[in-house]
Amino acid sequence: MSIVVDSVSKRFGDFVALDDVSLEVRDGSLTALLGPSGGGKSTLLRVIAGLEQPDAGRVLIGGADATFEPPQRRGVGFVFQHYAAFKHMTVRKNVAFGLTIRKRPKAEIDARVDELLRLVHLEGFANRYPAQLSGGQRQRMALARALAVQPRVLLLDEPFGALDATVRKELRAWLRRLHDEVHVTTVFVTHDQEEAMEVAEQIVVLNDGVIEQVGSPRDLYERPANEFVMRFIGPVAPLGERWLRPHDVEIILEPVRGAVEATIDRVIHLGFEVRVELSLGDGDSTWVQTTRGRAEELELDEDQTVWLRPAEERAMEPEPA
Amino acid sequence: MAYLSIVALIPLAAVVVRSTEGGLDAFWTAVTNDQAVAALRLTLTASLIVVVVNAVAGTLIAWVLVRDEFRGRSVVNSLIDLPFALPTIVAGLTLLAFYGPDSPIGVNLAFTEVSVVLALLFVTLPFVVRAVQPVLLELDREMEEAAESLGAGKRTAFLRIILPNLLPAIIAGGGLAFARAVGEFGSLVLITGNIPFETQAASVFIFSQVESDNPIGASAVSVVLLVVALVVLLFFGWLSKKALRHEE
Repeated sequence: MSIVVDSVSKRFGDFVALDDVSLEVRDGSLTALLGPSGGGKSTLLRVIAGLEQPDAGRVLIGGADATFEPPQRRGVGFVFQHYAAFKHMTVRKNVAFGLTIRKRPKAEIDARVDELLRLVHLEGFANRYPAQLSGGQRQRMALARALAVQPRVLLLDEPFGALDATVRKELRAWLRRLHDEVHVTTVFVTHDQEEAMEVAEQIVVLNDGVIEQVGSPRDLYERPANEFVMRFIGPVAPLGERWLRPHDVEIILEPVRGAVEATIDRVIHLGFEVRVELSLGDGDSTWVQTTRGRAEELELDEDQTVWLRPAEERAMEPEPA
Repeated sequence: MAYLSIVALIPLAAVVVRSTEGGLDAFWTAVTNDQAVAALRLTLTASLIVVVVNAVAGTLIAWVLVRDEFRGRSVVNSLIDLPFALPTIVAGLTLLAFYGPDSPIGVNLAFTEVSVVLALLFVTLPFVVRAVQPVLLELDREMEEAAESLGAGKRTAFLRIILPNLLPAIIAGGGLAFARAVGEFGSLVLITGNIPFETQAASVFIFSQVESDNPIGASAVSVVLLVVALVVLLFFGWLSKKALRHEE
């Protein structure tokens, strides 16, 4: 189902969490709400789920106004950062919860739960309690639980935030595959730009309660709407009056028109990638990302004077602060 | 262990020894004495009622104290401990003033079986409240939100999610309340009138036996109370542990 957020505002006391936010999420898409903490992304997700009531604006799910529907009638599956496992129930009962309270026949519940446990690779854990599972397993259980009731939309609030790096990476790829299989409209919150870029088809950048930009990962990276998005969505290198991606800066050995003079402070070899740290004439420092081949070709070394120029016209003017 | 022995175990053993000084026959006679049986029955029935009522009321009070914002919440919160802080004889006096013959609201419960229950309700009030409160504070609110997003209304969420998580605490608090109720003395003396076969609780019966120079009878009934309290505490402990088995 599609989700439409229409001019939603929400404050907590004096703090403006969402300021007139409007957003459209296509049916069947996989969208990331990305931004720094306190930017309003979790609040937006909770407003969509009905766990938070907006002060103004509307939420439409599948075209119907859901603003005043309680969460239990919205048909949303919600996954929490800290799993929100029902700790007094076994994995099986956790996953079955939504179906049990709908009083579905036992055989149907059992079949559906088995199917979901297979989907999340927890077949052997049906009779364990959440306390006996690892964080990654608990989160997969929470996902199966949310999917059990066949939600119209799946909402995940920093779903991998509490997990360690390896498990997080694994679950990201897995969520992506799951979405390809299940095709339910999915929105997840993250503060990790790499996670958003890797998993989502569409990224919504939220900061200070407003949407800074909506676009595909590539759009955001290559055509950031403003300095905030540029800086948040990837590394930046200052060059004169401009901001560029460090790999969009070209190092040349001869002065040309428009190129900026710089001195190499350090050359860091990271394997395929070589990172060159430089001082600019005006005292600013910057860095450039290049390849091993290119660095060897130029014979880059410390204290060497070089010239920098934009590799392509992708630079942007910073806004006055 | 030495501390435990000096303050509790050795005196307890002394009572047991004393109760059998006249031989097992004397013990049995003392325990099966009609008045003793009536007193024991009253104490146990009243204690049971009190545990059930306070399990419900205590949970509700804990709920209100944790979940509801209202003026004077911290004052009410401190008031809960009052039955712990008051000498129980004062509790008895208070109840007599309000529910006695000169009751300002015209409800005279003095010298009835109801007064026994009333006094025990008063002195055991804090147990369940204080057991449930911290658990409720720590309870993961997201569990309720998850239940709601899965289609549960407030009532279903309470019955299926919150209550099972509070149960171990309710049981533990109930066990303590029961043990306390079985042994309660001070608050009962004034308001119940201590009418044998009617409103005389076991503890008061024991006191009357001591007064009428029957130490064997007094210690025999004491031993019964002791055993009951022990069994109940063990039983509630087992129940509470069973309700917590998922945490292992």
